[in-house]
Amino acid sequence: MSKVKSLEDLKRVREEALKKQAAKNTASKIQIIIGMGTVGIVAGARETLKAILDFIEQEKLQDISVRQTSNIGMDSWEPIIQIVVGDKPKVSYGKVTTQIAQQIMQEHVVDGNIVKEYVIEIQ
Amino acid sequence: MKELALHLLDIAENSVAANAKNITITVLFDTVQDILQMKVEDDGKGMDAERLNRITDPFVTSRTTRKVGLGIPLFKAAAEACNGSFDIQSAPGQGTIVTAIFQNSHIDRMPLGNLKSTLVSLLIGYPDVHWVMKYGFNGNIFEFDDEPIKKELEGISLTDPAVLGFLNEYIASGIENVQATNT
Repeated sequence: MSKVKSLEDLKRVREEALKKQAAKNTASKIQIIIGMGTVGIVAGARETLKAILDFIEQEKLQDISVRQTSNIGMDSWEPIIQIVVGDKPKVSYGKVTTQIAQQIMQEHVVDGNIVKEYVIEIQ
Repeated sequence: MKELALHLLDIAENSVAANAKNITITVLFDTVQDILQMKVEDDGKGMDAERLNRITDPFVTSRTTRKVGLGIPLFKAAAEACNGSFDIQSAPGQGTIVTAIFQNSHIDRMPLGNLKSTLVSLLIGYPDVHWVMKYGFNGNIFEFDDEPIKKELEGISLTDPAVLGFLNEYIASGIENVQATNT
């Protein structure tokens, strides 16, 4: 039987997070939005989201907000993710598999370069 | 859909779209009675009787961009294909309860799939909703409530890498322990 994580563990997690927050320099805030309507779910959006969250956890990326939306309105492009870095335009990517999600996380979110081959629109 | 956990995700998305503030997802295995019961309860805006009657029709949807809604009919069909049943209780302003019951051992019953991933997706994706998940196996229950966790975090984001790690382990160990007690 594995040890159940408790809220005591969470206290420690919070303290570590606070230390890192104090230490880091002011990077621009990054927002990631993923379409999680029925079509998105069937197309694999939950796995795409999991790949994004795993990347954040493994690479220890701070200051990234991840949100869902029920419907982006471009069904044939699902799974769709949208990325907004600071006050730059919103970039929508289509048919984002788990591998493509990892690539976008590395190249766009970490390195700051739009991954052109998967872009469906920039607005 | 390939997993029952994906159906739960889809149904819970409907609850969010109905402006629910409190959503409870329940998954109960009872191998003695050979039943798997899944329920999504919300305090969203609910539906009137006319809409409720039509909701299991695949050509009904609340969305405006496309005229077909398949989530609920798919879930209903999955339950009914497994000697089970499907029920929606709802009234305007009263929230909605969606219940699906499966014969647990039925050959066509889809695997539950990744319940943890479904729950984490919802918690992260809609941090303003109060999420509760109950996972039970023959009476042993793991109850996850995100309120004490958010309170403890006091403004630290749920997408902080250390918090993500905690959530993944906390939910995985909770689910695992319920199953381990029974085997």
